[in-house]
Amino acid sequence: MNTIDLEKQFQDKIDREIRIEPRDWMPEKYRQTLIRQISQHAHSEIVGMLPEGNWITRAPSLRRKAILLAKVQDEGGHGLYLYSAAETLGITRDQMYEQLHSGKAKYSSIFNYPTLTWADMGAIGWLVDGAAIMNQVPLCRASYGPYARAMVRICKEESFHQRQGFELLLSLSKGNEAQRKMCQDAINRWWWPSIMMFGPTDDASPNSEQSMRWKIKRFSNDELRQKFVDMIAEQVKILGMTLPDPDLKWNEARGHYDFGAINWEEFWQVISGNGPCNKQRLDTRRKAWEDGAWVREAAAAHAAKKAARAQQHAA
Amino acid sequence: MKQYIRKYFYGDYGEGRNGAADISTGQAKQEWPLWEVFIRSRQGLDHKHVGSLHAADAQMAIENARDVYTRRMEGVSIWVVESKHIHASNPDEAESFYDPANDKVYRHPTFYDLPDAVKHM
Ligand SMILES: [Fe+2]
Ligand SMILES: [Fe+2]
Repeated sequence: MNTIDLEKQFQDKIDREIRIEPRDWMPEKYRQTLIRQISQHAHSEIVGMLPEGNWITRAPSLRRKAILLAKVQDEGGHGLYLYSAAETLGITRDQMYEQLHSGKAKYSSIFNYPTLTWADMGAIGWLVDGAAIMNQVPLCRASYGPYARAMVRICKEESFHQRQGFELLLSLSKGNEAQRKMCQDAINRWWWPSIMMFGPTDDASPNSEQSMRWKIKRFSNDELRQKFVDMIAEQVKILGMTLPDPDLKWNEARGHYDFGAINWEEFWQVISGNGPCNKQRLDTRRKAWEDGAWVREAAAAHAAKKAARAQQHAA
Repeated sequence: MKQYIRKYFYGDYGEGRNGAADISTGQAKQEWPLWEVFIRSRQGLDHKHVGSLHAADAQMAIENARDVYTRRMEGVSIWVVESKHIHASNPDEAESFYDPANDKVYRHPTFYDLPDAVKHM
């Protein structure tokens, strides 16, 4: 069969909602798009552990500490599910790490912002995980089987992340003046980066159309962003707080909230490495990788020795 | 760096290859082997494939599987199998391979037309 027929057959499967599995034929471009998207997603989960991990030892109570620890551990697991899914496409784990550590691979720009106060733990859970969930739920139906299965597992675990964040902010919002200020300040700082998480506007994301056709993507960036804004604009009222956007206003005719212009200049700056914490995040990841080298080697040597001994016994 | 090595995992790895340990780049050679993880969620149910992970040996694979795949009581038993030991049918031959079962509707109970008077069958 020639490539054109194969591609037709492939698209036909996708159109009929038949999942693609690792050994099935797939266009090289589909494979590479998925490797890029899944590995970036995995990197985001792993780097995303850093801003929150920063606060584990400073959590204000044992309850909050246990919750934060569990959440950060979940994110590590999410990274692993996704790396495994990407590996089924023919890239190795070490290659992906190498791409992250060398700065070649991207990860979500949101994790390049600093976590300045305890309220940031709430704002991240509510807004950052909230935006992530909005992005991720449609991915549970992505056309590539291993990716979709990983996303199902992730989405199941994510829902507590958002709820614990909102609950944290809710208790701050009922606190004293300083606590309420801290709550509002965190919302002010995390709001705009959060709605940037949906990526560039539709007319500025050229790869979207192909990804939609391949059902790697089901909704456009702007659709998801609008859904998120509508949801958060209502939830913020329960906190008795505000979103830092003077243009935010319900539009009766559209049935949606209108919102102000996003500072895309900032977005591209952070993506290209000039965010407040890009260097710190990558340095931390690299250091963890290098400091762990002797552990990886020792475990491999130990396993080899044990295997050799077992063989001797058998002989 | 732009080379994508064809490597088959998830039970999708063919015969004659050596799995994760046999990747021809120097860098990947140090990788811990890949393991497939199967979990029994409750007594009485089958073990089911849930995903994969890297570990130096079986013991570590089981412990990592516990930490990664059963954080919310999802399992009461774990199997791990090094991915390279899994042999899989070839999807390119699926049509002919499963063809023998394709025209045997009489293997299904609905094939048989019985009078309504017959109860409990
Ligand atoms: Fe996550
Ligand atoms: Fe999360």
